[in-house]
Amino acid sequence: MSLPLVLMAIALLSLSGFPGLFASRTSAVGERVAVGMVVVGAIGGLTGTFLAVFAQKPPHLELPWQIPGGAIVLEVDGISALFLMPTFLISALGSVYGLEYWAQAKHAENGRKLRVFYGLLAAGLCSLLIARNTILFLAGWEIMALAAFFALTTEDHDPAVRESGFVYLVATRLSTLCLFALFALLHAVQGTFAFTAPALDATTPQATAMFLLALVGFGLKAGLMPLHVWLPGAHANAPSHVSALMSGVLIKMGVYGLVRVCSFFVHPPVWWGVVLVVLGAVSGVFGVVFAIAQHDIKRLLAYHSVENIGIIVMGLGFAVLGRAVGEPSLLVLGLAGALLHVWNHGLFKALLFLGAGSVVHATGTREMDRLGGLAKVMPKTTLGFVIGAAAICGLPPLNGFVSELFIYLGMFQSVLHRDSAVSMAGAFGAPALALIGALALTCFVKVVGVVFLGEPRTQAAREAHEAGAAMSVPMGVLGLLCATIGLAPVLVVPFLERATEAFAPEFSHAGQGLPALAPLAPLALVSVAGVVLLALIGAGSALLGARMKRSPQGTSNTWDCGYAAPSPTMQYTASSFADMVVRLFGWALRSRVHAPRIKELFAPVAHFKSHTPEVVLDLLVVPAARTLRRIFHWFRWLQRGQVHLYLLYVVATLVLLMFWR
Amino acid sequence: MSILQSLVHVLLACTMPPLLLGVIGKTKAAFAGRVGAPLLQPYYDIAKLMRKGSVVSRTTTWVFRAGPVVGVATGLLAVALVPLGGEQALFSFPGDLVLFAYLFGLGRFFTVLAALDTGSAFEGMGGAREATFSCFAEPALFLGLLVLVKRSASTSLSTMLGAHWHGEAASLVLVVVSLFIVLLAETCRIPFDDPNTHLELTMIHEVMVLDHSGPALGIIHYSASLKLFVLGALVVRIAAPRTGNVWGDWGVLVGGMLGLALLVGAVESMMARLRLRQVPSLLVAACLLSAFGIVLIAR
Repeated sequence: MSLPLVLMAIALLSLSGFPGLFASRTSAVGERVAVGMVVVGAIGGLTGTFLAVFAQKPPHLELPWQIPGGAIVLEVDGISALFLMPTFLISALGSVYGLEYWAQAKHAENGRKLRVFYGLLAAGLCSLLIARNTILFLAGWEIMALAAFFALTTEDHDPAVRESGFVYLVATRLSTLCLFALFALLHAVQGTFAFTAPALDATTPQATAMFLLALVGFGLKAGLMPLHVWLPGAHANAPSHVSALMSGVLIKMGVYGLVRVCSFFVHPPVWWGVVLVVLGAVSGVFGVVFAIAQHDIKRLLAYHSVENIGIIVMGLGFAVLGRAVGEPSLLVLGLAGALLHVWNHGLFKALLFLGAGSVVHATGTREMDRLGGLAKVMPKTTLGFVIGAAAICGLPPLNGFVSELFIYLGMFQSVLHRDSAVSMAGAFGAPALALIGALALTCFVKVVGVVFLGEPRTQAAREAHEAGAAMSVPMGVLGLLCATIGLAPVLVVPFLERATEAFAPEFSHAGQGLPALAPLAPLALVSVAGVVLLALIGAGSALLGARMKRSPQGTSNTWDCGYAAPSPTMQYTASSFADMVVRLFGWALRSRVHAPRIKELFAPVAHFKSHTPEVVLDLLVVPAARTLRRIFHWFRWLQRGQVHLYLLYVVATLVLLMFWR
Repeated sequence: MSILQSLVHVLLACTMPPLLLGVIGKTKAAFAGRVGAPLLQPYYDIAKLMRKGSVVSRTTTWVFRAGPVVGVATGLLAVALVPLGGEQALFSFPGDLVLFAYLFGLGRFFTVLAALDTGSAFEGMGGAREATFSCFAEPALFLGLLVLVKRSASTSLSTMLGAHWHGEAASLVLVVVSLFIVLLAETCRIPFDDPNTHLELTMIHEVMVLDHSGPALGIIHYSASLKLFVLGALVVRIAAPRTGNVWGDWGVLVGGMLGLALLVGAVESMMARLRLRQVPSLLVAACLLSAFGIVLIAR
């Protein structure tokens, strides 16, 4: 029953945008039909996935397919189910949000196109997650990648959007190229195109090559640090609900691929785990450092995706280490932390992107230094954004804390291990995660403080309005889920245990089974601590409120050292708040500052400008691409633009290859 | 842990913190050759503030009022996680040290937001400094605690701080020094911040609370002393000897806390503030001390 439900959901999602094409450009019928289909499909899909998790055996389906090597093999095992849940949820919430955010009446020129590709994107994501054949997987992967390209370039009249779209397209082609090589190797090793866990030998050079190819191919999609070049531009320039789906779910497909490929190898070498931990830490620290330096709220959130992918990959690294040294509790804690963080990041990052979208919708700008004081006019959005911000910083009693606690517990386990490489990985990871947490806190305090608190800095911010129901209800749902997982983490245990079993079946086959999560991690006591904390805060507010009511109260201006006429422009800006961190990490950020030099006593009007480039893209990839273009200039004469010549090249190559053997 | 000891834990945690500020003040007065304010002056100040009326800026929202409340709530929960005199804390579980560290993060999140809520540039400066410096204090705290984790093979503060120390004196000393530096930074004492400065431009913690008044300010003063108490208890539990006698241990803790306050007062009297630019270097040094501590016992 569960697999047909999931398949029906995929069909509904993929077709959701098409009925709108038959309606007129300004009619609202198409968007309502689309939202209805996506919501019904998502509810069906969530039910199906839920049933699959609690089924005796993972539902499995095999159908013949004419493509050589291809076969329709579908399965919803623990890992697939875990990634399917946020995919369905966030697709549906984003689609409802789009009803108001990208209303057809206001976006007649591209609303229908956006909905077609939004549905295809969601369907592509789900189908690659259940595919157990590499060719089928690649089909789903390509539908996802291309639909995402068209969805993110919705506003293709804007050159900035086109440019980030092309960067994304190049990155995703490169990623697919690596996957082709990876799957060819997989075929060479196991003789079929099956995408399942056959317990491969990890000591061969092919295994090393497969690990590295997966790291680059899936790392590109996930946005792991040096490979993240496409991510900030794409997330910033897409419509906000598409950004939410991309950041919350699409980049997790890279994580899914990495988890899946790592699950094939029963005895991975220790260095795989160490590489993952180090890359994750680099991605985490520098992701958040780049985020702090941003002025554009959506670009900032995009860099936080790089950071959170880093945290997830660190968790995965500890799981691989646990499997390498045969320490099941380390494996369970690392993987449960990583996978729960996949959920959590999906929830709070979608919440934050939708919140940022509401701000953009209300004020028309993404520049934080042009906003301010929105808490008074947008109270609901502010509350949602504060919850999301606290959750992404890993603060108790919200969901981010629970997944980071799992990863920390895994790190402590690894510190206590006798193997010195494993021990040092833990001793390196824990302070790195603490640094990431503290930097993320700095960054989100800045965003919330500058955008929502204080006084409005511009007329647009003064005239902002609260988001309507279609935009605030999805945010409310996401905020509630963040609090639920934070206060009752016991609820997610069955999903995580199913996924860890699917990751390392050798422990179940050996009879002893993997250790249960509950005794390893103090879930009930985390709930108690969360409830006590909320009770203390509630009691404190009530007491303080009562105390203040009984004493005389006055209101006044903010204290500015006796200055009587403070103006909104005197407030601390996002750039000033970030300045200390930006200076400390200046060697990596390479920010360009155009500051005036004041020479005379009565200085004239001057302007200050600072800009942090995407260092890897602007200083590494683009110059390298220029050099390549110069070299390949010499081969231009081959490219005549005539089809028959290209056919000739193909025939000539084939003939040559026939003689070669 | 007996009910009596739990009661003593709660009582001590609730009433003792402001006394530490009194001891620090007295010590500084003694160094300067003054009589100084009475030992109980912080209690009088808090009591006075709780009775007063308040003036609130028109710019502020609910976030401004949440700041002091969340600050004191997180402090109170954190003090329940640290064992004071007894073998056990009020509340402990494997991994509670993560909750301990992140509770301070939650407090800081709302304190800095409350500062930004006023829209004042001075308070923004204070918030930026507080948030930036804690980016370096946090890893130092974790590295210090990691040494204890490795040493005691446990991840709960109660067992980590209850373990008896044999041999590894070198890493122990390194951790104590490192955590003492973290304590000075987190509680905004000299050489990181001067709680008595009168210039808004140079303050860190004091400038963030410029706009709070009346009962809210009283709560902020209390939570500041509570933070000193909690982090101090961590340092004292590692450094002080265990007597083996139940009530003797409580005596050692109280004596140790007073000694720590004397030490903080002495440091404040003998050192000048660091320039703000140099603060991260000192915190990185604290990280490195604890990292050495780990290397020493990792062999």
